[in-house]
Amino acid sequence: MKVFIKAITYHLPENVLTNEKIAGEFPEWTVEKIDKKIGIKQRRVTSEGETASDLSVGAAEKLFAEHDIDRSIVDYLIFVTQSPDYHLPTTACIIQTRLDLPQRLTAIDVNLGCNGFVAGLSLAKAVIIAGQAKNVLLLTGETYSKYLHKRDKSNLTIFGDGAAATLVTTEGIAEVGEFVIGTDGTGADNLIVKTGCARHPLPANDLKFDDFGNPHSSDNLFMDGPAILNYSLESIPQIVEDVLVKNNVIMEEIDLHVYHQANIFLAELERRKLRIPQERYYCNIENVGNTVSSTIPIALRMALDDGTLHSGMKVLSVAQGLGYTWGGMVLYF
Amino acid sequence: MTIDEFVKRFSEEFDETPVEKFAVGTLFKGLDEWGSLTALSIIAMVDEEFEKRITGADIRNSETIEDLYNLVMSK
Repeated sequence: MKVFIKAITYHLPENVLTNEKIAGEFPEWTVEKIDKKIGIKQRRVTSEGETASDLSVGAAEKLFAEHDIDRSIVDYLIFVTQSPDYHLPTTACIIQTRLDLPQRLTAIDVNLGCNGFVAGLSLAKAVIIAGQAKNVLLLTGETYSKYLHKRDKSNLTIFGDGAAATLVTTEGIAEVGEFVIGTDGTGADNLIVKTGCARHPLPANDLKFDDFGNPHSSDNLFMDGPAILNYSLESIPQIVEDVLVKNNVIMEEIDLHVYHQANIFLAELERRKLRIPQERYYCNIENVGNTVSSTIPIALRMALDDGTLHSGMKVLSVAQGLGYTWGGMVLYF
Repeated sequence: MTIDEFVKRFSEEFDETPVEKFAVGTLFKGLDEWGSLTALSIIAMVDEEFEKRITGADIRNSETIEDLYNLVMSK
């Protein structure tokens, strides 16, 4: 049985955070410096009370409307997020009701970051092949802005909130190829929000500032930039090779590379390391930022809309994320 | 790569600091432009030029550009 992406769309919050606004609040930043070093010009952020599930419901409604999809066909719902509405119940259950999806449906949350779309799609493919479902709605939604300390001038420039909706079924616009997924929990501390869950339920109130003036707090998102950079650059050649081998294709056969882009600085380093010609590497986060699990579906949709991606193309997608987890796949458009 | 070439390559990761500010013995963390982003640029440069990894701790433990060069060469 073959599994396909039938349709993809995305939904972003209305509030725009521009480089001008960030530079206004941090005198050490300039608009030009953010442009040059990070490559992101603006990102969208949720307002107070607006959650990842709100964005994802918005994306799903748009998907149904744009593609005239009968929502009663959905029999499996996967919601990838690290910003659930509650500790419990499962946010996907709440989304089932909000979207008026059938009750005869499996609804699960998947707690993954940047690798969330690849891993979610692999799960969608698996349940279809196993005969568990015919039409899987894969939602990725994230609001890291809510985890950031307001003086975190580095991460504020990188992350944007957003959501994407993908319908996975047995026919459509892109056949889903073979996956490679990996995990290495030794990297867990390098991108983490430490408090608020079962291990450390109470706020630690341990805010301190590092040598560069960046805030470090167990109560906010912490990223060890050098460690994440090294992990990304060191592991990506092997991940790409593994995905190519598993799909029995060679690098030169890939028409378009649509990767998780953490920021344009890192995306460009990875592109050069992999020796991918610029015209085959899709870079689109200039106006949306790093939306974590939604970067790849947003990029795929943007590439379809602007004509870069069309029928007949082989696409390689790779994501590396916190955990650490990583994944890659080939999509046949 | 000689140390002089390394100093030149190091200086290229800075946009605003004039090239004459960089020498073997430069205390790079004292440069106005030094910051978390330039640190990441240096890590990326070492990866690209030497296919070696230096860590945040390596940078913290280095004072001069020569310290960093010696550290990279020892890896």
